[in-house]
Formats: sequence, structure tokens, C-alpha cells
Amino acid sequence: MRWDFASVFANTDALLAGAAGTLRIFAICLVLGLSLGLVVGLGRYARNPWLYWPSSAFVEFFRNTPVLVQILWFYFALPILLPFSISPLAAASLGISLNSAAFSAEIYRGGIQSIDRGQWDGARAIGMSWAQAMRRIILPQALKRMTPALTNRAIEIFKMSTLASTVAYVELLQQGKLIASLNFNPIEAYTAVAVIFFVFLWPLVQFTYLLERRLRRDE
Amino acid sequence: MTLLKVENLAKRFGSNAVLRGLSLAVARGERIAILGASGSGKSTLLRCLNFMEMPDAGSVTLDGQMIGRRESELVKVRQRIGMVFQQFNLFPHMTAVGNVMEGLRTVRRFGKAEARARAEKELARVGLADKAETYPAHLSGGQKQRVAIARALAMDPELLLFDEPTSALDPELVGEVLTAIRSLAEEGRTMLLVTHELGFAYHVATRVIFLADGTIHEQGTPDEVLKYPKKERTQSFLARHKEFSL
Repeated sequence: MRWDFASVFANTDALLAGAAGTLRIFAICLVLGLSLGLVVGLGRYARNPWLYWPSSAFVEFFRNTPVLVQILWFYFALPILLPFSISPLAAASLGISLNSAAFSAEIYRGGIQSIDRGQWDGARAIGMSWAQAMRRIILPQALKRMTPALTNRAIEIFKMSTLASTVAYVELLQQGKLIASLNFNPIEAYTAVAVIFFVFLWPLVQFTYLLERRLRRDE
Repeated sequence: MTLLKVENLAKRFGSNAVLRGLSLAVARGERIAILGASGSGKSTLLRCLNFMEMPDAGSVTLDGQMIGRRESELVKVRQRIGMVFQQFNLFPHMTAVGNVMEGLRTVRRFGKAEARARAEKELARVGLADKAETYPAHLSGGQKQRVAIARALAMDPELLLFDEPTSALDPELVGEVLTAIRSLAEEGRTMLLVTHELGFAYHVATRVIFLADGTIHEQGTPDEVLKYPKKERTQSFLARHKEFSL
């Protein structure tokens, strides 16, 4: 057989649209997943049972069900229970964001717990409230330790975005499938999708290395 | 005039009763050295005074006001009681001056310039004006502890608690920290000092307390307790500590 990428290049527009879709869902899920994860992680860290139990239930539920099932459920099942329909983007974003929130919550909780008790002592001894100590003293140090784990999460979210193709959201894999089925060129189409993902993710990974090194400066 | 009054303070950890109904009155300007074997409740006593540890029973009265247990009230009380720890507990992600400014900025809501000026003054007081921009990781133990003292002083505390401030230091660094504490004593500040430095306690304290079994076993002037202790347990504690000094 011979490789023929002409049929892929002829569909550059479609791939660009797919790349835009991938970036859009990545941005949404990164922001929603990591910020909701912080809220849930703080709930998991809290001693108050009204915060602890709901957060724990959330984490256990979303960690122990597949993202793909969550996306399909939000897309096909939820609209039956609700008076309105849900777009492919919304369904996929919900599934990926909530799943990422559950996983990143555990990263946040672990990071916060890893900070020496003496830091709480130092903060409370100068009259800081719990929230002030968390925001000014504990979280900045914990975030630094969490950076590698959180950036891994970001990379996972980027790759998970391909699951949105199952509800026909226009992203890279969805467009690759489309090109492959219209031109009968699955090798070229899927290779192109893989290469585009690598081109996006490799610099992201390099950037995280740089970030880690910068954060370590004052230690 | 009484600044701090403690009545029947009790604290247990599991089955271990660390404080058993301890009472103590501290007058303004008093400098009290607290001695005792390890596990005698010295640190727990200090930590109960600013409610870093919640006492199980008893009351603490600061300047005539009995302290309740609501967090919002405790936060205010801690602003009036400075504490210096054995392990310094400096914030490693902030410079020396950042550490000292932090309480002023976040708790007292000082403006940046005002907080910085005050923090630099406090650093100069402990002889670290030139280390303002240094991160804790690049300071010696003695310098770290002096920054921690400056951090406590910046909040204008009415009472200073020192929890074994020199126990984590290399011997050659103890002196600089004790000098800083002594200069605070000379300013007439009220302080409670848990320490194993008997010589320092003798020269700086106005009163010495010996803790045993979670309560005050013996107390008096430095001469009374350190030179002519009446009780047998105090005597044997001091004998053990003097074994290798002098």
C-alpha cells in the first residue's frame, strides 16, 4: 500500500474546525474541572460532616464510573428527565469536567494534607482565620507540590476530549472519523489526528517542565 | 496588674491527661520561665493559652475578659498573643520581610508600604535588616528564629509565648536568639518562655515555674526555684540538667 495524505490535506478546513472544537472543550473542562475539584477537595479536607460526606460521595461516584458512560448519560438520559435537550458540547463538558473534578479533588486534598502542621500553627498564631491561612499560606505551598499532578490532569483532559466524538461533537477525532469514512483513508486520517494531538501536547508537557522548575526556585 | 489569668486548665490527649487543673496568673511585665521534664505539659500549656490547642476544661482570661470558644473570638485573641515555635514555622514561600508583613497585610489590613516599613523595623530590631529579601531556606536556624520573633512582634502582641525557641538550634546559634529575647525582656514585655536553658531562665525570668504531672509543682523567683528548690522533684530535675553544664 502507499500513503496518500492528499485526501487529508484536502480536508484541512474540517481538521481546523475539529482542532478549534478540541481546544474549546479542553479549555472549558480544564477550568471547570480544576476549579470544581478545588471546591470538592476542600470539602474532602473539611472536618464538618456536611461538607465532607457530599464531597466524598461526589468523588466516589465520578471516580468509579467511566467518563464515556457519563457523557452518554448526560446526552441521552438526562434530557428525558429534564424539560430541555442538551447539546453535545454541554454533555461532553459535563462528563469530562465532573470526572476531572473528582480526580483533581483528591490531588488537592493530598496536596493540602502534605503541608506541615507547623504552617497552620504559624498562620494561626498571627491571628489568621482558617480561610486566610488556607488562601495565603497552605494553598500556595500545596499548589506548588501539586503542579506535576495537576498538569498531568490537564493532559488527561486534553486526551479525554476525544470522547466527545461519541455524541458527534465537532472535535479532532470526530473530524478524523468523518474524513476516513468519506475518503476511505483511515490510515492517513487517524495518523493525521494522532500527529495533531502530539503537536498540541508535546509543547504543553515541555511547558509543565518549565513551570515546575520555575516554581522550585525559592526552595 | 493581671494580664492573663488561667484557672483549672485541663487537657487530655486520649487517655493521657497532660494538664490537670492548672491555675496561673500573669501580671503585666512578668517574664515567666516554664521548666519541666518532657511530657510534663509545658508546650500544651502554652498552646492552650492562645487556643492553638482547645482546653478540655478551665478558663483563660485575657486583660479581664474571659475568652470564649468561638473561632471568630479566638482569631482576635491570637492577634494579641504572639507565639514563637521550636521549629520556627516560617512561611517558606515568602521572603523574610514577606513573613513579617504577612500578618500586617492579611490580618491587620495594613497598606503595602506601611506594612513593609513596619516589617523592616522589626527585622532591624532583631539584627536582620540585610536579610529582608532572603527566603527562609537560605537563612541559618538562628536567623530563621529571629525572623519568627520579628513576625510575632509586628502584631504588637500584649503577651509573647516562646515554645522552646532554641531547642532546634545548633549550639553556636543559640546565643543570637537568646540575645534577641533578652532585649525584649529589657523592654518590659510580658512573656512566657518554655526553655531548657536554665542559665538564661535564671538571668531573664522574673518568675520560674516547674511543671510536673500537669500542674505547677513549684514556683518562685529564679533564686528560689533554680538555686534553692524546696521540692524533691524540682531538685532532681535540676540535678539532671546541671550534670553536664559548668
